[in-house]
Amino acid sequence: MSHKTENGLTIEPERYELTSLPLSHPIPLRRLGINRRQFFKRLGGGVAVFLVLRSGEAFSQQQPAQRRGAWREPLPQNLGAWLHIAESGAVTVYTGKAEMGQNIRTSLSQAVAEELHAALDSIRLVMADTELTPFDLGTFGSRTTPTMGLQLRRVASVARDMLIALAGKQWGVNPKALEAVNGEVRDPATGRIVKYGDLARGQELAKAIVEADPLTPPSQWTVAGKSVLKINGVEFVTGAHRFSPDIKRPGMLYAKLLRPPSFGAEFSFVDVRDAQAEPGVTVIAGNDFVSVAAPTEQAAMRALQKVRAQWKTTPQISSRDLFRYLKENAATESGHDASFARTLQSIQSSLDAADHRLDQTYTVAYIAHAPLETRAAVAEWENGKITVWTGTQRPFAVRDEVAQALDLPKESVRVIVPDTGGAFGGKHTGEAAVEAARLARAAGRPVKLVWTREEEFTWAYFRPAGVIEIRSGARKDGKLTAWEFHNYNSGAAGIRTPYEVSTERIEFHPCQAPLRQGSYRCLAATANHFARESNMDDLARLVGLDPLEFRRRNLENQRLLAVLEASARSFGWSDRKRSPGRGFGLACGTEKGGYVATCAEVQADRSSGAVKVVRVVTAFDCGAIVNPEGLKNQIQGATMMGLGGALFEAIEFENGRILNNRFSRYRLPRFSDMPRIEVALVDRKDQPSAGAGEAPIMCVAPAIRNAILDATGIRLFSLPMVPHGLKA
Amino acid sequence: MATEIELDINGKRRAIHTEPDTTLLSALRDQLDLTGTKYGCGEGQCAACTVLMDGSPRRSCLTRATTAAGKKIVTIEGVAQNGRLHPVQQAFLEEQAFQCGYCTPGMILTALALLKSNPDPSDDEIAQFMEGNICRCGTYPRIVAAIHRAARMMRSSAHES
Ligand code: FES
Ligand code: FES
Repeated sequence: MSHKTENGLTIEPERYELTSLPLSHPIPLRRLGINRRQFFKRLGGGVAVFLVLRSGEAFSQQQPAQRRGAWREPLPQNLGAWLHIAESGAVTVYTGKAEMGQNIRTSLSQAVAEELHAALDSIRLVMADTELTPFDLGTFGSRTTPTMGLQLRRVASVARDMLIALAGKQWGVNPKALEAVNGEVRDPATGRIVKYGDLARGQELAKAIVEADPLTPPSQWTVAGKSVLKINGVEFVTGAHRFSPDIKRPGMLYAKLLRPPSFGAEFSFVDVRDAQAEPGVTVIAGNDFVSVAAPTEQAAMRALQKVRAQWKTTPQISSRDLFRYLKENAATESGHDASFARTLQSIQSSLDAADHRLDQTYTVAYIAHAPLETRAAVAEWENGKITVWTGTQRPFAVRDEVAQALDLPKESVRVIVPDTGGAFGGKHTGEAAVEAARLARAAGRPVKLVWTREEEFTWAYFRPAGVIEIRSGARKDGKLTAWEFHNYNSGAAGIRTPYEVSTERIEFHPCQAPLRQGSYRCLAATANHFARESNMDDLARLVGLDPLEFRRRNLENQRLLAVLEASARSFGWSDRKRSPGRGFGLACGTEKGGYVATCAEVQADRSSGAVKVVRVVTAFDCGAIVNPEGLKNQIQGATMMGLGGALFEAIEFENGRILNNRFSRYRLPRFSDMPRIEVALVDRKDQPSAGAGEAPIMCVAPAIRNAILDATGIRLFSLPMVPHGLKA
Repeated sequence: MATEIELDINGKRRAIHTEPDTTLLSALRDQLDLTGTKYGCGEGQCAACTVLMDGSPRRSCLTRATTAAGKKIVTIEGVAQNGRLHPVQQAFLEEQAFQCGYCTPGMILTALALLKSNPDPSDDEIAQFMEGNICRCGTYPRIVAAIHRAARMMRSSAHES
């Protein structure tokens, strides 16, 4: 039995009721369907704390058939994480989140160390393994710090209290008189000390709690809030860490695929007999692919060359027609009722009444995530079960993809995500996992598939391209009076304006897309901020106000104003000195719980067309800061990545083929593109922590655009702005 | 037509099977299980596959395994000595000069070669020397800081000894 809530989420009534329990109230394990005996048999004795989710998104994911999970025991799917303190004193935390460079293995460990009062190096995180860790929707949307980080704090603090209670019992004293410090419980009255591991010995003690707010106010954080070095950093600087493409299994074969020459192509004829005749080769043929596994990569290539195939292709859109195509293939306008007609009318009259008006169109190209680790998977088939190591942001979704492709029950598929070489929103899907798994089952041997860079550029998915149209109006005194904003295809993230305006109409129009598109760092917030913040600068110019002052006059959001002022201050906005070719720009916005403002300085040479971003200052408020250095690292990285999409990154395609499907044709930011990057962190200990990996990217492009305008008088309307330099 | 040859890798002699088109990258990774050397592009554009060959950085994806015969090859696995991190590795850790860490081996080996020829490089010299190395996570400013830090560490330890 399940029912739908207002927001359309399916929730099982029995478990939904859990949320009505007082938050501090522990839940009987039985009610969760956790078998305590079996749990401790599996993990060894000790102390465990389970985190029960109450968020709709987690509940919505579970279907009855899934409830058994990959564990033999019927572990419920609405667990967010659990923590286990072993008899050895080892602390292990299990979470379905994946590490891809956001540094959450470190920041989550830090959160646990803080609340458990244990050393950081005593804590180990088991992450993103569909057999060992609880179900997780995926690692994206900057949700790890605000949700999992907070919840793990609570879990750890409950575990700490359980350990203190055990010590109290052991010594026959009131636990309130005891304290937990650095992995031990102490009795200040007697000086007695007992280690966590000794307390855990012989125990099978478990508790479950419903997720809630953290216990320790950020102002009292001791470990979290300080910068710590990457927890498993040594493995990376020595080359010891095994990314998915580095996994090696006994008797492993290497896979290669023959893929369509263009999107939408299928075989009209295919003959794989000669390939199959090669020694030790396994071949699988589909409608639009042939995959082979062979003892070496070269043998796999040789076998592929023996495939005889003819393709039938269908005509496809090319990038030169992209924006026209999107507009022509947009979903029809939303509601044409009376209130809609009124909105149109009031927008029109506000525009007519405005002292200054703009009517602008912006475009945003498709770009690639281009994580340095291409998609890769190692799959192993054993006793009717398949195990796949692969880099993905959504291990459980990939498990389901593999199960479906191989027609297996989900319980027979295990997905393990080694810490991954970048994702940026680009690794939500499991193509390589499915391809390797099929071959592994057919060959009865482990199979490794590493996508080539060309495959990654062609057969992954892209950040959506888009067209954005804005009509805006302002009064002489700089007050924004009309705002009409249409985004075609690129997405709705960050589409709302943070500025105060009496009449507004803001719409996202989904379109039929010519390329496979999906998530990207900060989604469409980059595109929407580019268009909005560019338009705001142009309005400021029309009104004759400094861009900073113009924004001040239209903002009431105090947190946003605060970061705007902070970035302007550390940039030295009011003292900026223009010189020939030198210009300054700024932009601000809020998204995913973070508040961002970026100032940029550029040097632009109109005659040569060269544009160099000299300096970028970003102020960022993401609530209470967990790891300042890690956060700075993310902001610097987002700035570099944002610079690529701002200046030169664009996917070019023609009739179903990607024309620039390699690094020599698709330019990525390099050392010489690096501006001076400065970060002004606004630490709000009074605010919950928000994720940090994404939002700092979104104001980079508009700040640069406005600086180019300041330097040259040239207004740019397309991302990327100067793929071939400035055209005067 | 596979032939067996010997390579000198991290000070050890290692036998590999090569065919005429076997790259050093695949020999290292697939045959010797030295997977710290990474594939990023296969066309010399990213330097994730960098190794040192007689002290100079080489793109192993574009190097035939046979041309490595008779040369001293150092991969990331051979940089730490007796379990002690090299100052460049230590500096990368301390400056947190990586996020996902996939580019890190190539960055460290290229930086090693830079510091050998130029013990005190300027920002511009670092950027120029490292221009071929891609970090998609965008940790460039930190890598520059790490190289400066490593240079300081190496200079001060050179004074001591
Ligand atoms: S893999 Fe060799 S340069 Fe990219
Ligand atoms: S740290 Fe991810 S590519 Fe450099």
